[in-house]
Formats: sequence, C-alpha cells, structure tokens
Amino acid sequence: MLSLPLSWYLMLSATLFVMGALGLLLRRNAIVAFMCVEVMLNAVNLTFIAFSKYHQDYTGQVFVFMVIAVAAAEAGIGLAMIVNMFRHKHSVQVDEATLLRH
Amino acid sequence: MQDIPIYEFTLLGWIALLPLLGAIFNGILGARLPRALVSTVAAGAMGVAFILSIVAVWTLFQGRFEGADGHTLYGALYHNVFTWFEVGSLRVDFELLLDPLSAVMILIITGVGFLIHVYSIGYMEGDRSWWRFFTYLNFFVFAMLMLVLGDNLVVLFLGWEGVGVASYLLIGFWYEDDEKASAGKKAFIVNRVGDFAVLLALFLLVIYAGSLSVVELREWASTLSPAQVTALGGVLTAICILLFIGCTGKSAQIPLFVWLPDAMAGPTPVSALIHAATMVTAGVYLIARLNFLFVLSPTAMTLIAVIGGLTAFFAATIGVVQNDIKKVLAYSTVSQLGFMFLAVGVGSFFAGVFHLMTHAFFKALLFLGAGSVIHGMHHEQDIRRMGGLKDYMPITRWTFLVGCLAIAGFPLFSGFFSKDEILWYTLANVHLLGGVNLSWFLWFLALGTAFLTAFYMFRLYFLTFEGECRADEKTRSHIHESPLAMTLPLVVLAVLAGFGGFVGIPPVLGNALGGLPNVMHDWLYQVIGPGEAFFAYRFEGYGMAWMSMAAATASGIGGIALAWLFYGKPSDVPGAMAEKAAAVHRILSNKYYVDEFYAATVGRGVTLLGRVCHRLVDELLIDTLLVNGTARLMGFLGSVLRVVQNGQVQRYVAFVFLGIAIILYLVLR
Repeated sequence: MLSLPLSWYLMLSATLFVMGALGLLLRRNAIVAFMCVEVMLNAVNLTFIAFSKYHQDYTGQVFVFMVIAVAAAEAGIGLAMIVNMFRHKHSVQVDEATLLRH
Repeated sequence: MQDIPIYEFTLLGWIALLPLLGAIFNGILGARLPRALVSTVAAGAMGVAFILSIVAVWTLFQGRFEGADGHTLYGALYHNVFTWFEVGSLRVDFELLLDPLSAVMILIITGVGFLIHVYSIGYMEGDRSWWRFFTYLNFFVFAMLMLVLGDNLVVLFLGWEGVGVASYLLIGFWYEDDEKASAGKKAFIVNRVGDFAVLLALFLLVIYAGSLSVVELREWASTLSPAQVTALGGVLTAICILLFIGCTGKSAQIPLFVWLPDAMAGPTPVSALIHAATMVTAGVYLIARLNFLFVLSPTAMTLIAVIGGLTAFFAATIGVVQNDIKKVLAYSTVSQLGFMFLAVGVGSFFAGVFHLMTHAFFKALLFLGAGSVIHGMHHEQDIRRMGGLKDYMPITRWTFLVGCLAIAGFPLFSGFFSKDEILWYTLANVHLLGGVNLSWFLWFLALGTAFLTAFYMFRLYFLTFEGECRADEKTRSHIHESPLAMTLPLVVLAVLAGFGGFVGIPPVLGNALGGLPNVMHDWLYQVIGPGEAFFAYRFEGYGMAWMSMAAATASGIGGIALAWLFYGKPSDVPGAMAEKAAAVHRILSNKYYVDEFYAATVGRGVTLLGRVCHRLVDELLIDTLLVNGTARLMGFLGSVLRVVQNGQVQRYVAFVFLGIAIILYLVLR
C-alpha cells in the first residue's frame, strides 16, 4: 500500500479547510455557503484520519463518526432553515436575511 | 478604698424581665383580650417587680458590714445574664448590678411606676388604645430598669436609648393629633443629639480605660496617679463633658431642654412617670454612678454646676407665667432637674440623688394631681378656667397641697430637706471659674429659684383650687372627684412626699436634735463617698449651714406668701404687673424665644444642609452621575457597538474567524 507522509494529508486538509472558509465568507448563496461548511468539516475529518493512521490509534476514527453524525443532523436543520427562508423571501441569498440586526 | 464584695443574685434578672414580659404579652395579645386582663397583667408585672425589688434591696441590706473607714458598706448584688459581645480585649457582659445607688432607683422606678400603672387604670378609662398604652408603659419600665441596673455602660446605654424610644412612643401616644406626634418627634430628635455625645464618650472610655464595666472603670479611676490624671486631663474632661451633653438631652438641661415642655402632649400618667419621676433623672443618675470619673475633671464639674444653676433659674422664671397646668409642672421639672445637676456639679452626689428621690415623689404626685384635675374637668388644662376645685375634688386638693408644700421647701416636707442640702453644699464648695469664686453666685441663683418655685407652685395651687370657679356652666356641672384607682396613688405619694425627707436629715439639724442619722447618706456612702471625698468644703462649723437653711426656708415661705397676695384672693396686681413689664412678660411667655432661636439657627441650618445635600449629593452625584450616568454610558457603548451587529451572517462568521485567529495566535505564539 502506497504510503504518503503525514504532512501531505495535512496540507490537503488545510487547503480544503481554507477553501471552505473562504467560500463561507464570500459566497452569498445559502446552499453554497452550507456546502462550504461541509467541506470544512470534511477537511477536519481528513486530519483526524491522517493522525489516526499516523499514531496507530483508532480514537481519531471514532471522532470522525461523531463529526459525520453531527454534520448529518446539522444538514437536516440547515436545509430546513434554507427551505423556510426561501418560502419567506423567495431567495436564498444570505445577505438579504438581515432581519435580526441591532 | 477597699474592695466592695459582690454577691451573685439571680433574681435581679427577673426584676427587669417582668415588665418586658408584660409588654410582650400585652403587645401581642392585648388587642384581643378584655381590658381588665390587660391592665391587671401590666400593673401586676409592676407589682411583682416591686416586691422583688424590695426582696433584692433587703438582701443587699442584710449583707452590710463595717468598712475600714468606719462607714457601713453593703457590697453589691450581681448577675451576669450572658456575654453580649467580645471584640479584641473589649468584653461586654450583659451584667446587672444592684448597689445602694441602683437600689434607690429601682425602688423609685418599680414603686412609683406601680402606683402610676394603677392610676392609669382610672385615667385611661375609655381610651381605645388601652392595650397599646400599657404595652408602652411596661416597656418603658423595662428600659429604665436596664438603665439603672446595667453595670456595663453598654447595657446602660441600651436602657438609655430604650427609655428614649418609650418616651417618643408615649408622647406621641395620641398620634392622630399632628401637634402631639411632632412633640414626640421633637423629644426623640433632641434626645438623639445628646445620645450621640454619650456614644462618643463611651468610645473614648474604651480607648483610654479599655473597659465599659462600671466596676472596672472605678478600679481604673482609683488607680490613676495624680500625674496620670494631669496627663489625661483633656481626655477626662472631654469624656465628662460629652456624658454631660447626653445628660442635658435626657434630663432637659440648657441647651437641650426644649423637648420636655412639649412632651406634655402625652397622657398625664406618662408625664408623671417618664417626664418627672424617672427617665429625666437618668442624667443625674449617670453622673452619680460615674462620680469617680467626674471628680477627676474640675472643669466638667464646674460646667455641670453652672448649667444646672442657670437651668434651674431660667426654667423657674418661665414657669411663673405659664397658664397650662401641665406646662407649669413641666418647667418646674426642668428647674428641679437643674437643682439636681447643681448638686452633683458641686460634688454633693448624695444631695443630687436625694433630691432626685424626693422630686420623684412630689413631682409624680403633682402630675398625677394635675391629671386628676384634667380628668375631672374633662380635658381642660388652662388654669385660668379653673378655680374653686377644692369643693369638688377634696382628695386631689389636699394631696396637691402636700405636693406644693414639698416642692416649695416648706419645713419638714421632703423638698425642704433635699433642697436645703443642695443649697448648703453649693455654698460650701469652692467653685472657681477663671479664678472667680462662683459659690455665692450659684447659691443666690438657687435661692432665687427656690423663691420662684414656691411662688409659681402656689400660684398654680391658688388658681386651680381656691377662689371662684371660672369654668363655664356645662363643665362645672360635670366636675367630679376621680375614682379610687386614681386617688389611692395620690394619697400614697402624698405620704411619701410629706415624710420622705426624713431619711436625709442634714447633719446640722440631726446634731441639734440629738444625733439623728442621715440614713440616706449612710446608705449611699459606698457609691458616692469616695467621689465626695474629693471636695474640700469650706465650712467646718454649722454657722453657714444654719444661715443657708434659714434663707432657703424664708425664700420658700416668701414665695408662698407672695403667691397668696397675688392669687389667694381676687386681685388685679398680676395683671397690672404684666402690663407694666410688658416686655419682660412677653419674653417669659415666649420662653425666651429659645424654640424660635433653634428654629432659626439649627433648624434652618439643617434645612440648608439638607438642601445642599439634595442638590449636590442626591441630584448631581447619585441621580445624574451614578444612576442616569450608568444608563447613558451603556447607551453610548451600545450605539457604538450596534454598528458591528448588522445582520450579515457572513460578517459574523468573519468575526468568529478573527477571534479564532487571535486565540490561535495567543496560544501558539
């Protein structure tokens, strides 16, 4: 089995994480922003896995399952919120949803 | 001085506790209980306390023994109820002490107190706050007993404040009447001024003597060497003067006497018990109790004597023109208290306490007699509308006459003996103020007071009981002698006022009559002897004593005679004199404008201070700066920070990232 050094995994993970973060900050579409959050979560998952293998310790993989479960729940709630938002505003642009300011 | 033995005596606690229990019982249940039960409990508690007091005093008497200097000593009964508090080296026990001085006081308080409770049953008949009256009265007696039994000055101070509260409650007893309610407030506030001084004196005592127990203070004072006394001179004088300021408040002396005449707004039995017989004499008691301290400060003693003499004289001059039967007695009380302070000021603590006792008898009698008159005349108090009451109220009249004779110092009545003692000691003690010998000045002041006292008391007597009745038809048809509950105390007090003086026969008379002892002085010697020993009296022989006694008697009888000339029969002399000396009369009628003076200076000063505080502290500091300032600051911060919260989720996320970045930087740095 091909074995890559730990730093490669971490670099990939960091790249994914920054991409997700930038997307979350810059994209106005709620669904895209949401997908960006998922990308960030999975970047973290990748880090967990990489360290798990590196340390020969399964705790990291257990955490990944936790994160996936939480991400699934979050996806459920998040999509429900986006659907509701669309019903109210006929739009899923996050910069238009500023009702709770001040 | 040898040590005074102290015996444990548990009963002491019960003497004070009984009136308190009575007050608590009536205070909680009184409104729902039948009137007869309320008054029986109240008077019963007093009666039992009186019997216990007799038992205690008898026990004290049984323990007598001959001291090293040949005088009879009695020791003291002592009961430590509990340790109140302990801070550092200061330990305050809730301790009660019965020595000959407090023995005299508790007998007066419970004895006269019991009579006045009985009297109140008749006098307060029909008052709707019956139970409240007896609750307050019992509470007063409790506080007063604390005052005289407390060995620790803190316990004494507890009683001192307690009687102030009771006095306030009872003066304003008929609180629906605005004037009466504010008379109560006046009494309380004026008293508080004095109480504050007492508190300061106690602090000084803690600092310099390290204890507040009278027994320990006495030891401390007796171990001071003359050099130490000189070194501590300023402090001792400050302590004594501060204590005396407290006395001027409680005992209505210049400058704090203004509350006592107004205190007559209370029910008459209250005036008799609190504002004549017991509470107002607390100041005299305090000085006699701490005589070992006061004798160390000649300045303070001189001040006390001068203030006492001046108060006696000026109050007497005001008393001459008053027309309210109770007001006359009130000024007379102020004046007689002045006499007592004169006595203790010249170092004759015995004469002060002796006059305190005889005054308790005859002034309680006079007040109760006045109450009987007021009761019989349906709340008429103006002596110009009285007259001829001797036919309607014979018992009241005769007992009142005894009281008048006693206070006027008519020979062989109680006031004669005590007043004579005071005059003689005043003359005999050399008092110096800035090198000027004051004894003659004080003596003439006292003699003038004795004359005025006899005059205004008999003016009161003649206008009230002799001559034609000046009441209107309707009132006259209702005048009646008071019920037995009221006349019985009058008779008992009349006997005491008549014969009470024989316990203190002055040595000049006693020797002339074949060695009659001065019982009272021997009894009190243990407490006040060492204090009196400080004073060198000028006259070894009895020549001056005879002269003083003759002068006092002559001025008393002269006053009576003048009153008879003016008021004994219809006469236009008083009216003509009032017109001729209109200015003097006006000043006297207005009580030297002291109240107006206080209102213009202290009253307006305090109002001004209040206004300044209101503007600066309340409005500016608290309202504007603190309360509204806090709100404004928060509002301002909010208006700055609200810019951040614009509803853009992505902006929030950016802040979150920023925060994480900062934390990471701090952690990984």
